[in-house]
Amino acid sequence: MNMELSRRAFLRSAGAGVAGTAIGAFGFGGIEAAHASSIRAFKLTTMVETRNTCPYCSVACGIITYSKGDLRKGEKAELVHIEGDVDHPTNRGTLCPKGAALLDFAKAETRLKYPMIRKPGSDKFERVSWDQALDRIARLMKDDRDQNFVAKNNDGVTVNRWTTTGFLAASATTNETAFVTYKVVRSAGMLVFDNQARV
Amino acid sequence: MTNSWTDIQNTDLVVIMGGNAAEAHPCGFKWVTEAKANRGAKLIVVDPRFTRSASVADFYAPIRQGTDIAFLLGVIKYCIDNDKVQWDYVKAFTNASYLVKDGFSYSDGLFVGYDESKRDYNRSEWDYQIGPDGYALVDETLQNPRCVWNLLKQHVAQYTPEMVERICGTPKDKFLKVAQMISETSSPQKAMTSMYALGWTQHSKGSQNIRSMAMLQLILGNIGIRGGGMNALRGHSNIQGLTDVGLMSNLIPGYLTIPTEREVDFQTYMGSRGFKPLRPNQMSYWQNYGKFFVSFQKAMWGSAATKDNNWAFEYLPKLDVPAYDMLRAFELMHEGKMNGYVCQGFNPLQSMPNKAKLIRGLSKLKYLITMDPLETETSRFWEKHGEINDVDPKSIQTEVIQLPTTCFAEDEGALVNSGRWLQWHWPGATPPGEAKHDTWIMAQIHLRLKALYAKEGGAFPDPIANLHWPYKDQGEPHPVEIAKELNGYVLETVYDPADPTKVVLEKGKQVAGFGVLRDDGTTACGCWIYSGCYTEAGNMMARRDNTDRDNTGAHPNWAFSWPANRRILYNRASADLDGKAWDPSRKLIEWDGTRWSGYDVPDIAPTAKPREVGPFIMNPEGVSRLFTRGMMREGPFPVHYEPFEAPIANVIAPKIRGNPVARVFKNDMTQFGDATEFPYAATSYRLTEHFHFWTKHVWVNAVLQPEFFVEISEELAREKSIQPGGWVRVWSKRGSIKAKAVVTKRIRPLICDGKPVHVVGIPLHWGFTGAAKEGFGPNALTPFVGDANIETPEFKAFLVNIEPTTPPAVA
Ligand code: SF4
Repeated sequence: MNMELSRRAFLRSAGAGVAGTAIGAFGFGGIEAAHASSIRAFKLTTMVETRNTCPYCSVACGIITYSKGDLRKGEKAELVHIEGDVDHPTNRGTLCPKGAALLDFAKAETRLKYPMIRKPGSDKFERVSWDQALDRIARLMKDDRDQNFVAKNNDGVTVNRWTTTGFLAASATTNETAFVTYKVVRSAGMLVFDNQARV
Repeated sequence: MTNSWTDIQNTDLVVIMGGNAAEAHPCGFKWVTEAKANRGAKLIVVDPRFTRSASVADFYAPIRQGTDIAFLLGVIKYCIDNDKVQWDYVKAFTNASYLVKDGFSYSDGLFVGYDESKRDYNRSEWDYQIGPDGYALVDETLQNPRCVWNLLKQHVAQYTPEMVERICGTPKDKFLKVAQMISETSSPQKAMTSMYALGWTQHSKGSQNIRSMAMLQLILGNIGIRGGGMNALRGHSNIQGLTDVGLMSNLIPGYLTIPTEREVDFQTYMGSRGFKPLRPNQMSYWQNYGKFFVSFQKAMWGSAATKDNNWAFEYLPKLDVPAYDMLRAFELMHEGKMNGYVCQGFNPLQSMPNKAKLIRGLSKLKYLITMDPLETETSRFWEKHGEINDVDPKSIQTEVIQLPTTCFAEDEGALVNSGRWLQWHWPGATPPGEAKHDTWIMAQIHLRLKALYAKEGGAFPDPIANLHWPYKDQGEPHPVEIAKELNGYVLETVYDPADPTKVVLEKGKQVAGFGVLRDDGTTACGCWIYSGCYTEAGNMMARRDNTDRDNTGAHPNWAFSWPANRRILYNRASADLDGKAWDPSRKLIEWDGTRWSGYDVPDIAPTAKPREVGPFIMNPEGVSRLFTRGMMREGPFPVHYEPFEAPIANVIAPKIRGNPVARVFKNDMTQFGDATEFPYAATSYRLTEHFHFWTKHVWVNAVLQPEFFVEISEELAREKSIQPGGWVRVWSKRGSIKAKAVVTKRIRPLICDGKPVHVVGIPLHWGFTGAAKEGFGPNALTPFVGDANIETPEFKAFLVNIEPTTPPAVA
């Protein structure tokens, strides 16, 4: 069970192997190859499989995602199927009603696709470009920070804090997202900083 | 978790209290089933509702929500009274023998030093007697009346089975049966595991709920062993990781802490983090704090952190309050003291208590930024949705910027499961539309801020300008690059302190573990407890070898478990005083005369001699604590306090409302309701078909559990003329909701202090976005108060009233 063992390759060879041994054992060696080639390949063998874990609860069940198209080759990849990873020591292939329906999460109609801005007093979101959204965010944050940054407290102690803008981090993002977030938030002097550990 | 999901197969007794694993952690619960089927393990469930876990339990006992401490202290008393104590373990591995200062005392629900006006204690008397050699005084015979053991005995004396029944509503015979089953695991050959989750944390004394069980587990000798432990099941998939990496107001990655403004300089800061051993020979591992801290500062600010500027100590913001947790954040918002808020993958409008207050707070912001793969109620808090979100958009002046992010299938990196396993995953799909990785978004914000400061100048730009940003693509750090920073690397070639000619690690290499980290600026490490996750041997978190020698459940070559790939914390305590396994069939690590070795990475120096070095190496005592000194705000022992909204007065201290040291903001005190007006004890909970507010966007799950409901007993339904499936209005002092009533036998009235108490169950998962029907959820009702130590809101115990009603108006 090492990381390099492709489940897809395993399925392919297992399929051929079953045909080979069963028929070979009965002495029909000659037709073995012809028979094997007549067996339609398991559909998922044409998919790119990727190891992942269920993003919902902290049991962290192993899952395998199957997609059309290979990201590693620079292709677009579309999710086709998700199933439990039988090699995973915790869930051994099983998934609960949440994990079993994960495909519909990734492809939910209410997935967000574009940056949006809701102006003060408005009753709708309006689409903007990433540059517009990010420039606006940087402007808002910098102006607020410059106006409200506290370099020293009343006792003259250097405190270098900014408490008028806060940051709530999530609970399902990766450690790597978490650390980059930490770096950006703390370097700005933010203290109103929390995650979803409690709720 | 001190142990892991797969370790639960080794247990003899599972206690599910403060959680509902069969419902909320279904694929982890299978290890309970394994233990039952293969070892004949028993399952006890103690819960106000007859839950899905209860339905497969060997024994179920009802309890009123918010009274777990009384129950558990009652079990501790039972074990002490019946001599069901693992004595060798308690004497050698806990602070039972430590002598406590004469000034320490307890009476009528309060410890010495209480100041009502501050809702806080002076905790100076809550400590050990220290001898002239600087070490704590002990009495190994446990005869001294001031030793922890005797104080504990005295402290739990009032929690008799009769008292437990009066407070908790658990019939005495059921309580005694549970106590008896638990007490049997005091045998060194028996293990019990505690599986708990938000049912214990979401109380104004949540930390002490957990502590009560931890004390019980220590008395029974169940910590550090296979099949034992304190197993926090946790909620979200990476909440362990987000906390490890310190994304909280007062944390630095690896459970280091942000300085307060009273720590006026680096020397003062380090001075209070010396962690001198309290007994001879003890490791007191936090003595290495400086190495972890300096390495962190180097990871943050690289060459800008120097010895001369105290490793850029002043780049860190200093706290003026204990924490800016999210309750405080919304309080500040509500007071108009905040201008901006960023919600990254978090939907506080649904997740936080007292929705009306949240809406008022968010409406006072100048700007709100949300980052999420899905629509959230928070990002649309200004949108009117009938009675469910009854706002006037025109009157809300907050600018909202909603940013689309990728989801699990489209990103790469590690998540930490409840068993502390860092498991790497790979992307398998192209993000929809223009959705972006969070790492990209955060980098873009940082780079723009940095550019603006370079151009315009402004308030103290140094920590932004000098933030170490070593990524190949500045605009999009790769997860592998970040993982390597978290692991740590050496900035200069490091030599062996014992032999300066010997190179430990060459400049630029990844460290193999936190043992290499230095406080001289030659090493950098983002999160010391993760050291070893990405070494010169590669990405340890991506390991997929699932072999498990002798089926211990350790799976040591699967992914990486922090710290140091250790699978069971405190595993030194699995062996007796001489280092032999308490139970040979449960062997974990043993002392072979020169070293510790076995199935797991020893949680002790490999050559630390038994009888010299204690197993709890993070504590300056070297042992675990039955008495926590001044480390917890409400006391060194747990005390039963009622929830802030309780159907009965506190039987043991009638004058005390809630937890006497829980922080309550001024206006929230007046927003607590009383039993006269709100007679029913409500609790929120989760369903197996849903995960928070995400799965209501998922078609399948929306079909499985389409509609919000509240759950009540047949008795209450009869009393209030509520029809099964009929509409009810439920209201608290803070708000009102409507739902369909599910009338079940799963909830039964309890008798507490002679009075019937009806429980109302309110599941969490609905809102006004997604594929499921619109629904209120419980948080229009819940109280704005948190745990006294870590501010987890009290979602699990509050008061409501209920009546039949008509369906709500829709948008
Ligand atoms: S499949 Fe279910 S049990 Fe497994 S991680 Fe996902 S939500 Fe948790």
